[in-house]
Amino acid sequence: MEYINLAIKAIFVENILLAYFLGMCSYLAVSKKVPTAIGLGLAVIFVLTITSPVNWFVYEYFLKPGAMQWTGNAKLAAMDLSFLKLISFIAIIAAMVQIVEMFIEKVSDTLYNQLGIFLPLITVNCSILGGALFLVEREYDLAESVVFGSASGIGWFLAIVSMAAIRQKLRYSNIPDGLRGLGITMLVTGLIAMAFMAFSGISL
Amino acid sequence: MKFLQDIFDKMRPDFEKGGKFEKLYPLFEAKETFTFVTCDRTKSGAHIRDALDTKRLMSTVIVALIPCMLFGIYNVGYQHFRAYGVADPVLMQCVIKGAWHVMPIIIVSYAVGGIWELIFAVTRKHEINEGFLVTGLLVPLTLPPTIPLWMVAAGVSFGVVIGKEVFGGTGMNVFNPALTARAFIFFAYPAAISGDKCWRVVENTTFGAVGGTVVDGFSGATPLLVASTTDTMAVTERLTGFGQATGYADFSWTQSFVGLVPGSIGETSALCCLIGAAILLITGIGSARIMIGGLVGAVCMAALLNAVSIKDPTSMLAIPVKQQLVYGGFMFGLVYMATDPVSATQTAVGKWIYGFLIGTLAILIRTINPAYPEGMMLAILFMNAFAPLIDHFVIAAHMKKRMRRSRESQAYA
Repeated sequence: MEYINLAIKAIFVENILLAYFLGMCSYLAVSKKVPTAIGLGLAVIFVLTITSPVNWFVYEYFLKPGAMQWTGNAKLAAMDLSFLKLISFIAIIAAMVQIVEMFIEKVSDTLYNQLGIFLPLITVNCSILGGALFLVEREYDLAESVVFGSASGIGWFLAIVSMAAIRQKLRYSNIPDGLRGLGITMLVTGLIAMAFMAFSGISL
Repeated sequence: MKFLQDIFDKMRPDFEKGGKFEKLYPLFEAKETFTFVTCDRTKSGAHIRDALDTKRLMSTVIVALIPCMLFGIYNVGYQHFRAYGVADPVLMQCVIKGAWHVMPIIIVSYAVGGIWELIFAVTRKHEINEGFLVTGLLVPLTLPPTIPLWMVAAGVSFGVVIGKEVFGGTGMNVFNPALTARAFIFFAYPAAISGDKCWRVVENTTFGAVGGTVVDGFSGATPLLVASTTDTMAVTERLTGFGQATGYADFSWTQSFVGLVPGSIGETSALCCLIGAAILLITGIGSARIMIGGLVGAVCMAALLNAVSIKDPTSMLAIPVKQQLVYGGFMFGLVYMATDPVSATQTAVGKWIYGFLIGTLAILIRTINPAYPEGMMLAILFMNAFAPLIDHFVIAAHMKKRMRRSRESQAYA
């Protein structure tokens, strides 16, 4: 129940894109067609689900103040490496994406071709790093971090796919010149965010 | 009719190219096509011979809205007199009192929205959008009778400009403009459109003053607001018992069905909404698929929640199914807002899905979300955002099926 609650919160109530505006750049750039949006969305779900627990693990056992007590070394145990949090998360995400890409290439050709270009793109997607930083801030445990990671990804997926469908429809609209392209996309994003407020306040 | 035609013919030269009011041509065009069928011919694309154009379609929706509007005006007055302990208010008094509060809202809505329409029509050189006829009436009917007029103006401006005109006008918008306007007011000025203070006019200075004071223990709460408060009493008892002692409110099923309960101006009467639905369905303007889908969705969801809450009759989940359907804005939203042909799904299968999800979501938000006792507006807006996606998948599935069929027939040939 607690996990379902967390998942609903991450997907609808505190949608990582519509409530925190993270991952905006690739959202705006790759939401022109539904199939590509689905590809990128799936890749984000995938990478968030994998990197969240890894980041949690690294922070919990290496970076947190007093995290290295398991070494038994008093000097190491007293160390506080949390200032390295940002850079190590970025490195971990990049490394994980690389490993995942190599692994997928080996295992499934179709999936690799589908995600292909999007995987490297995701390394610089702020929603992934944002997800990792939220983990630390909210002090989730391992299971919670997996649920939170995948649910955030699903929320991002929903937002980009609905946006792509809307943009396909907007091609037939008569939008004022100054608003064509990014302008109208930003406005629609705001309106979608308003519609998502239907869920704000829900907790099971 | 001839007389009107003569007036238009006399005015025409002034508004056409080179005339002195050339810039205001959209205004003239709107007036003329509102009263007469246009004799323009389509220049490209599909040619349809039919007197039913967008303007006629929208006027039919207006006709369907009239029962709700008239009843809303009466009900505003009725609720006022009940709050002062008048057991059986006089019909005309109720209508006059109601009109005194409702008409300004409608006038402001049409005036402000009309000005925006005109500005966009003149600067962007298109015709005045027909859809505004409906939006201008829908917005007031979804607002409480006590709403300050400047908020109506702000909301309508947002709905018309951001909800519709930036997309190029009627037929091109993604979200229902009337709901966008209401959502704007709802999130920007929550105190004026939620809680238990705004749904009944209690101010007693203008028209039909009855003297005396508001009855003891008076509360202007709507049925759903009463149901959403936490209490030790079972939700059904709470609803039937509410206001009974002093006799100023009655939330029984028949009373809510007829619509003599507090609420937004036009939404309270399920009966009038059904009359409107009949008009829309007979003329073929509203989609029966969306309406039936929404009803089925709401019934399923409400029944499911009833089953879940069988042990806890105090929670809002336990509101009986038939009461869920007549309370709040469910019927109004389903008949007039969800069926909006522009922001709804376009495909037949998509309409079933869209309607069904609106029904389930509306009941879910209403009961599960403690922040909002009513969820119809947000359920429709949420599904507006996903309508193009539903269409995309329905069309993709259809194409896949057709491709397979053609491959199979080729294989046999």
